[in-house]
Amino acid sequence: MSTIEHRFGRYGGQYVPETLMPALTELEAAWAAAREDPVYRSELDGLLRDYGGRPTPLYRAGRLSERLGRSVYLKREDLNHTGSHKLNNALGQALLAKRMGKRRIIAETGAGQHGVATATVCALLDLECVIYMGSEDTRRQAPNVQRMKLLGAEVHPVEAGARTLKEATSAAIRDWVENVQSTHYVIGSAVGPAPYPVLVHDLQRVIGVEARAQILEREGRLPQRVIACVGGGSNAIGMFTAFIEDREVELIGVEAGGEGIDTKRHGAPLTVGGRAGVLHGSLSAIMQDEEGQIVEAHSISAGLDYPGTGPQHAFLRDSGRARYEAVTDADAVSAFKELSRLEGIIPALESAHAVAWTLAQGDGELDLVCLSGRGDKDLAEVLGAS
Amino acid sequence: MRADPVEATGVERIAGAFERARGERRAALMTYLMGGFPTLEESVRIGEACIENGADVVELGVPYSDPLADGPVIHEAATRALQAGATLIGVLEVARSLAPSVPVVLMCYANMVLAPGVDAFVERLAKSGAAGLIVPDLPSEEAGQTLAACDARGLALVPLVAPTTPPERMTAIGERARGFMYTVSVVGTTGERSSMSERYAEVIARAKASTTVPVALGFGISTPEQARQAANAGADGVIVGTRLVRAASAGNDPAAEVGRVVAELSSALSHEPTPGV
Repeated sequence: MSTIEHRFGRYGGQYVPETLMPALTELEAAWAAAREDPVYRSELDGLLRDYGGRPTPLYRAGRLSERLGRSVYLKREDLNHTGSHKLNNALGQALLAKRMGKRRIIAETGAGQHGVATATVCALLDLECVIYMGSEDTRRQAPNVQRMKLLGAEVHPVEAGARTLKEATSAAIRDWVENVQSTHYVIGSAVGPAPYPVLVHDLQRVIGVEARAQILEREGRLPQRVIACVGGGSNAIGMFTAFIEDREVELIGVEAGGEGIDTKRHGAPLTVGGRAGVLHGSLSAIMQDEEGQIVEAHSISAGLDYPGTGPQHAFLRDSGRARYEAVTDADAVSAFKELSRLEGIIPALESAHAVAWTLAQGDGELDLVCLSGRGDKDLAEVLGAS
Repeated sequence: MRADPVEATGVERIAGAFERARGERRAALMTYLMGGFPTLEESVRIGEACIENGADVVELGVPYSDPLADGPVIHEAATRALQAGATLIGVLEVARSLAPSVPVVLMCYANMVLAPGVDAFVERLAKSGAAGLIVPDLPSEEAGQTLAACDARGLALVPLVAPTTPPERMTAIGERARGFMYTVSVVGTTGERSSMSERYAEVIARAKASTTVPVALGFGISTPEQARQAANAGADGVIVGTRLVRAASAGNDPAAEVGRVVAELSSALSHEPTPGV
């Protein structure tokens, strides 16, 4: 059985209350066994294919390519069942929870995509489901709240702090501390204490594995650049992993620039740099003040409105293998509209950050962008902002 | 018999507090207060009220933006303390005020320990006169550097153990425990709970079997009755937090209210019945 690394360089670790430590040990052993178990793999792969719709298409965005004078391909994670890449992880973790004999599932959600994916797989696998969501996010992503409830989940609005993803995650962790023996926490991004960043990485790497094979088949070459948005960073790590050994491929993570990275109203800890710190159980790039208090993030996109990021991204940044840049709210909204009109694809506001980065580049030959989710949920927010 | 606060190390002062309680054939009363709540000045008065009414050890919380081990009452107090402008420097001043009378153990989340660098943090803690440190989100896997820094200055890095902690792990933690072993009485975050006392004996016995330092029970203990049950179940120390933080948020004289509750708890742990309380 393979071992699961707790650190990526200096980042990662397990900064959690003692009560959770045995559960993390149990989860680590369960995942190390499951990921090499052909029975688990075949059940997961079967569901990803027949229920989730994998493999997702790789689409050459013709009008966008023409406009930019280079080929731009979109990896269509928005075409997954439930409308985003989140299903890959939720399905894998819910199957794992069932294997572990845990019948109660909790999850945090920002944009609501992970909450919907988790509520969906809980309906499918007959598991109890509780979703924590900041009350600011239940407001700006109201359609997803309705979907979760329709799917049979209990949605708990969280009133603490800025009432967004950070507080929802803290509330989910507190629930887990209370109910650890009966409950599995399906964390939605590549964050959290070990083994979560590896677990989520393993379940999302299918994105890049498919995309790499698809673009080789279509273009006979690797892309020049691979671009994905980064909040916690699960679609980005899923996309990047297959390309990490291809040294000639640039990996670009696009963070939430909010109102601008010089304003403090952003969600771009990797871009801004600064001291590493602990948030939600692991050491990574975070937004904090001088004394170590976590600072509130800001983004128009609820899924990127988070002051931390996955530890592997901090490692990839420091090692120079990937680079991270920020796109503002305004540019993301423009890209949201532009992709809708040019290609007939309404992207999630999160994914629109990656699209905006590509739109802003004057150079290049072949870009591969992860379109991590669809944007129906964002209509009210975008139309309200314009 | 209290160890001299100037000469003795933090570890020795904590040991002295437990010895003194043991000498009086009772469990030590360990009271938690949130530094800077409702204000820094008031939290000094609250700490003094704890000491005057029988606290043997004061656990001093540093307000943090994301307190994962705390329930709603302490979380809210932390938020309000931060809004009122509390800082680590301010809370260490609270420690400095209380430390001459009683061992003060700082309760602080990991990111605030890491922020200035572990050594610099522990050095500041030592200079404040505090006797020890509890980091609720720093399990033994991550605690090496902090333990070394505390050991180098005679400060006690107090570990937590939970009902979920398996036996081998409990032993490993017990061997590295300094000051006392903070035994969490329930699976959960901090907060008041109705009678959980039937489970006290089991977790205390498990903790005692795995360490040579005193065992203190905390989380969920709020009433004099529960405090007495914890002591009867074998706890060397009884930690009361949320009940006192709630007292500190009530009324226009928080220190008096906290003092009143501490007196009741102290009386419950004392072998001499105190009339009129």
